[in-house]
Amino acid sequence: MMIYSSLLGLLNVDAFRHDFIQNIGVTVMSLSALFAVLALTYFKKWKWLFSEWLTSLDPKRIGVMYIVVALLMITKAGTDALIMRTQQAISVGSNHGIVSSSHYQQIFSSHGTTMIFFAAMGLMFGLINIGVPLLIGSRDVAFPFLNSVSFWLFVAGMVLLNTSLAIGDFSGAGWLAYPPLSELQFSPTVGVDYWIWSLQIAGIGSLLSGINFIVTILRNRAKGMNLMKMPMFVWSVFGSMTLVIFAFPILTVTITLLYLDRLIGTHFFTAGGGGNAMMYVNLIWAWGHPEVYILVLPAFGIFSEIVSTFSRKRLFGYTSMVWAIWAIVILSFTVWLHHFFTMGAGADVNGFFGIMTMIIAVPTGVKIFNWLFTMFRGKINFASPMLWFIGFIVLFSIGGVAGVLLAVPPADFQLHNSLFLVAHFHSMIVSGVLFGYFAGLTYWFPKVFGFKLNETLGKYAAYLWIIGFMTAFIPLYVLGLMGATRRMDHYDVSMGYQQLFIVAGIGVLIIGSGLFLQIVQVALSVIKRKEYADRTGDPWNGRTLEWSIKSPAPSYNYAVIPEVSQIDQFWEDKQSDSDKLQLKDIKPFNMPNNSYKGLFIAAGSFALGFGAVWHILLLAIVGLLIILITIILRTLDENTESLVVIDSHYNAGLGANK
Amino acid sequence: MSNTNEQTTSMIVHAEKSKTLLGFWIYLMTDCILFASLFAVYAVLHKNTFGGPSGQQLFSLPYALLQTLILLTSSLTSGLSILSIRKNDIKKTIYWTIATFGLGLSFLLLEINEFHKLYIEGNGWQRSGFLSSYFSLVGTHGLHILVGLIWMLILIIFIVKKGFTKKTVKGFTMLNIFWHFLDVIWIFIFSVVYLMGHVGL
Repeated sequence: MMIYSSLLGLLNVDAFRHDFIQNIGVTVMSLSALFAVLALTYFKKWKWLFSEWLTSLDPKRIGVMYIVVALLMITKAGTDALIMRTQQAISVGSNHGIVSSSHYQQIFSSHGTTMIFFAAMGLMFGLINIGVPLLIGSRDVAFPFLNSVSFWLFVAGMVLLNTSLAIGDFSGAGWLAYPPLSELQFSPTVGVDYWIWSLQIAGIGSLLSGINFIVTILRNRAKGMNLMKMPMFVWSVFGSMTLVIFAFPILTVTITLLYLDRLIGTHFFTAGGGGNAMMYVNLIWAWGHPEVYILVLPAFGIFSEIVSTFSRKRLFGYTSMVWAIWAIVILSFTVWLHHFFTMGAGADVNGFFGIMTMIIAVPTGVKIFNWLFTMFRGKINFASPMLWFIGFIVLFSIGGVAGVLLAVPPADFQLHNSLFLVAHFHSMIVSGVLFGYFAGLTYWFPKVFGFKLNETLGKYAAYLWIIGFMTAFIPLYVLGLMGATRRMDHYDVSMGYQQLFIVAGIGVLIIGSGLFLQIVQVALSVIKRKEYADRTGDPWNGRTLEWSIKSPAPSYNYAVIPEVSQIDQFWEDKQSDSDKLQLKDIKPFNMPNNSYKGLFIAAGSFALGFGAVWHILLLAIVGLLIILITIILRTLDENTESLVVIDSHYNAGLGANK
Repeated sequence: MSNTNEQTTSMIVHAEKSKTLLGFWIYLMTDCILFASLFAVYAVLHKNTFGGPSGQQLFSLPYALLQTLILLTSSLTSGLSILSIRKNDIKKTIYWTIATFGLGLSFLLLEINEFHKLYIEGNGWQRSGFLSSYFSLVGTHGLHILVGLIWMLILIIFIVKKGFTKKTVKGFTMLNIFWHFLDVIWIFIFSVVYLMGHVGL
């Protein structure tokens, strides 16, 4: 056991030796980074980048940065998926495919970790940052600087994870790194430590965001907007962030203990020494199950906004929606054991968790019916956000029914760790989470940037994703029933899996072309931004407060904080032609100044993480000191805010704040 | 420094109603979950002595009681420092905070001494699952105490330099809550680890 010994710790030249595919990955990533640096230098955009974006405390800008990082990570983890599908399609019999077994393990571990922590969480926090302050009629979040720290910690975790591609290796123990496999004895390289520290850093960022948004929702709402008049998206974020503050401390503890096991030889989860590996599985899922609801609840909220906007109807069953959210919040802590029915907890325990799992499907069902009833007799406009929604309803219901099937312990004993399970949770996460956030991106894009995205390409992308998803994952349900297990890098011809795996591989290509179309969509829309400009501020005939201001929304969102007396205030005002939100005198107000200190804290965290991974004591201490000193300096800052004075002539045009 | 009693009292009221304090309370609840997880780990592992000593053999109840009394007293002095702010008395605020600091530091030194003794006797965290969970639970509490001590030092410097301002008073209000919170956690540690360990539960 080697604890923090020399200046370089465990780092040596072997850490830079990789196989062919890894080298391609490293080269592509370094070249893209180099290209970005050169482009920024050539166009002299460094100052702009630093002062307008990187140091910004405007939640909309932070949100956009979250989304940019998340989209990069979708591309990266999507490439992982492509490699896995290729491997499984060709690695049959005497052919051993394109990657080695140990590399394959790293690929599926990094695919899962990246998709959950850096793609899905990034999209979620991005849209929450953009949406929540606007929807509650607030100028900012409760703690703008903390928000920037959260974002930069997320980036630090992401960078650390991707560093593992170039320096050393990544965990091969799956996205949740079960011990004893993830213990030092069986995973002697630094891979698991990379996993631990990138999650730890990003996870603390998420926890801080959770606190921030709960306080924002509780204390920053516009006048008159009591809780039961909040838009459903805000409710869903409230539920999701409540789960964050309850669940993420468990993750922090669990992976810290795993790290201690690996570093100083404690016996929490070891096979010998009085450790208990099953405790890890319990702890990690006590966080992990709420985590999937953390991801999906805000997506449900976005769908609620979208369905009611594009159906020209008030959301059906508002109160039942709120109750459904809170039922999910509470129940999501009572089902974690269904991830390991086969562990041997006994029939009674399995029975309890099986029943709870079936019960938690009920509030989700309530939400599905509420959305359908909202559409019923509405004047539906099938814009691209609505297409994502329809794809979601179909795929999510299929996945949900498969989930209820898996909730039956005897059935689960057959299907545990099979591709049936993989197909199930991809149905939930891709259609529930990703489709929801793609819909949200299209929906709020004009509010942030001032122009709409190209609708035609958006619709094609949605179709490709939906068709590609079905092609990629319906074969996996069948393969799972045929007995194919997950994380399998090779199989025999006689198993008869190959045709279905090839179909699934084609599905991934279709999804990939959908993703490509989305990139083209954004590029084309940027080029034609004049043509697509949103001059009304209300491109979708919206219902909630954010559409009452001009597009793009100014950094302070609302020159005058609106007053609200009912749900969908803006819509009701439009119907009655009353300009309730119109107010004459605009009082000056304070807005936070930009701060680079979030960047420093993230840089310190990265140094701490990297030092901890490679056992470089000096670097870890330097990182810790940077964090501490930056925090102390921040508390000494006097000029954290400056006054914004808005000309009273500003108030012209439609609605309130235009 | 030219505040009146009413002003400093209203600063405390202002601090208590601020968003920062609500956020701090929520943070404390997440910390509570963190400790709850560590207690759960202790509950699962505390019988896994793996042939090593049990809590009954290792822990000295009078020693833990001494720590408890010191920490409880430090909570009292911490509360008294807030009362001094209400009375707009900077000197007393600093004295009581220094008293809290001293008591907290002696608590921490006692804990380090106990850890050291266990370690050199061969009963370190590598010995068994039980000792791993003991060190992690009690040590995490000790780490929080350390953070509290550093925070006290910074606040004392602030208050000497700037006197009672909204910011410094808010800092003291939060520190006070934090300190009481650590006291509550310690009561649980004392009951679960030391008392129950003493009777061999």
